[in-house]
Amino acid sequence: MNSSGILSVVTFVYGFAAFLYLTSWIFKKTEPGRLATWVVFAGLMGNITGIAMRWIESYKLGYGHAPLSNLYESLIFFAATLATVYLLIEKKYHNRIIGAFAMPFPFLAMAYASLSPNISDRIQPLLPALKSNWLIAHVVTCFIGYAAFAVAFGLSIMYLLKEKDSEGKIRLLERFPKIGILDELGHRMVLFGFLFLTGGIITGAVWANSAWGRYWGWDPKETWSLITWFIYATLLHARLTRGWHGRRIAYLSVAGFAAVLFTYFGVNLLPGLHSYGAMVQ
Amino acid sequence: MTSRQHTQLFIFFASVRLTVIVLLTLAATSVIGTLIPQNQNVDAYLHTYGPKLYRLFSVLDMFDMYHSWWFRLLLVLLTINIIVCSLDRLPGVWKIVIKPPDFKPSRFLNASIQRKVAVSSIDRVQPILEKALFRSIGKVRLERFPNGYHLWSEKGRWTRMGVYVVHLSVVCLLAGGLIGSFWGFDGDVNIPEGETVNAIRSGNSGKSIPLDFEIRCDKFSVSFYESGAPSEYRSTLTILEKGAPVLTRDIIVNDPLRYKGVNLFQSSYGNLPSQNLALSFTSRATGMEYKINIAPGQTVTVPEGLGSFTITAFNRDHLFMGRSIGDAFVGTLSSPTGDTAEIVLPVKFPSFDKMRKGDVIVAIAETETRYYTGLQVASDPGVWVVYAGFLLMIGGCIVTFFMSHQQICIEALADGNICSVTIRGVANKNKIDMQKKMDAIATAAEQIKI
Repeated sequence: MNSSGILSVVTFVYGFAAFLYLTSWIFKKTEPGRLATWVVFAGLMGNITGIAMRWIESYKLGYGHAPLSNLYESLIFFAATLATVYLLIEKKYHNRIIGAFAMPFPFLAMAYASLSPNISDRIQPLLPALKSNWLIAHVVTCFIGYAAFAVAFGLSIMYLLKEKDSEGKIRLLERFPKIGILDELGHRMVLFGFLFLTGGIITGAVWANSAWGRYWGWDPKETWSLITWFIYATLLHARLTRGWHGRRIAYLSVAGFAAVLFTYFGVNLLPGLHSYGAMVQ
Repeated sequence: MTSRQHTQLFIFFASVRLTVIVLLTLAATSVIGTLIPQNQNVDAYLHTYGPKLYRLFSVLDMFDMYHSWWFRLLLVLLTINIIVCSLDRLPGVWKIVIKPPDFKPSRFLNASIQRKVAVSSIDRVQPILEKALFRSIGKVRLERFPNGYHLWSEKGRWTRMGVYVVHLSVVCLLAGGLIGSFWGFDGDVNIPEGETVNAIRSGNSGKSIPLDFEIRCDKFSVSFYESGAPSEYRSTLTILEKGAPVLTRDIIVNDPLRYKGVNLFQSSYGNLPSQNLALSFTSRATGMEYKINIAPGQTVTVPEGLGSFTITAFNRDHLFMGRSIGDAFVGTLSSPTGDTAEIVLPVKFPSFDKMRKGDVIVAIAETETRYYTGLQVASDPGVWVVYAGFLLMIGGCIVTFFMSHQQICIEALADGNICSVTIRGVANKNKIDMQKKMDAIATAAEQIKI
């Protein structure tokens, strides 16, 4: 079996895990949740194996490059970082309902990569512009940041649901973490994501300077990453100095994640230097 | 300005509300430049938007919005805001940071996080508390009073400076950008293989910028993968000072040559008309073929009295019936009767001229590929300020987000038969981490429970 085969299987493993978390939450059973943790772990191992095999396969083809060079490869890497971030949170906070809101993301990322007719899973040689040691640092930092923001988004949605039901009437929301913990945990994820987004923009700038002689050029992807950065910077200032909490922060976190999604996918619709992240024409 | 106006201005610039408004405005307006293509030519804009919208957009500088006065004004506003905010708060924080640690138990009485444990003996619990406190915070100080003692530990005062480091880093980025725009330049230059240049064309104004050294392109090569996709563009460059070579090196994309603060980047390439061009002239009447060497601009006489031929141009991507046929020479054939005909000689299709069905068929007999390399040339003295800003920003963010100023005071009190331990904690951030630390100390103290 080649890497693409393994990664297609991983898609369904993540999907199954998300299904188990949702079952565990909706039907208030602990067993599916406990199983789900192991399913995610198995999926993550498969995901990492798939990435490693793809790396090896690229050497066998004579191209030899880290599998971080196009939309397909970024999506499978994104899924792996999402699953890792989620597992760490589950280990630390012992709440599996978060899984029902976090694990759909790696499933969707993998499903999009594997099933979309617009995304080719062929291993392609690197374009001259991508041949740089900064490739790995840039992509890894960006996607750790994106993963943290995705989880923060899931937590914000949980916060908004729970907050609407302040009297505790809706039984589905009973076992949600306490509202204060959702708020705090979401904030932690934003801090983490912001640090890595900053790192991603910086590594990108240093790379651009070594490839094209300018560290900033207002290319749409650059601009959108900065827009995302502005939104999260607003969130941090509102919270840390003006004492915003709860709903308003949750809305900003949702807006921030919308900007993340546009930076990742939407920008491919606009012309610019990051076109290798785009779909097959 | 009166002092009251001064104060009001200061309050305006020192407010975080302004920060939030400016950040969100920057985010919102930045979107525009990603939707309207920037720095295109006028015709393209007129075609897309029509004359009315075009006029409106160009009044608002929408076509180069990131360099417009209003976008720059927002950046300046953000910078002033950052500087004023920091100056407003820094002295107070600085005082806290440099103040020698002094311990006043009263400061902790209203601490937001408290734990109370009843113990059997405050003497027996003391080493356990000291160990637990040392593990969670650091160096422990002990102060005794008549019926008990205080244990106190503090760390991370300096982390209060983290946020000012982040602010300084943003100022560095903007200052570096400013330095670059004043004292830096960028542009491009095409150098044919074997030729030398000592000036480039400015990217902004299109004017010529002289360099104080010369660049020679010794060789350019492009290699391809089996799929036909380009794998590597490589130029061999020699730097010359007053005609004498001082340095020869290959550059590829992502590996520029830096010389005297000027960076040379591989950015494009192209074909040039061959210097050694030979054409063949075939006479329809006799079927004879004549091979003649010719250079661009040169006129040669066609044998058998068929007239003369001049190479007038070399076109990259020559269009024939609306389609590109690649590199092509263009020439003029003047017949003895005075008629002229334009002849297209595509490099890829040597017998293209047969279609014309003239008295003489002109074709390319010999040519060789000659490249020029396209270099991006940039000098930015501000880049090191920007890089310093990058380092400060990463370091400052780590300190600001993940470290805090933490203090814990433990009060052990023997009041008659009742011995109790009260743990009080103060942290400027990350209260959850503080709670965990205090829980750990409380759990340790419970070993000596009654």
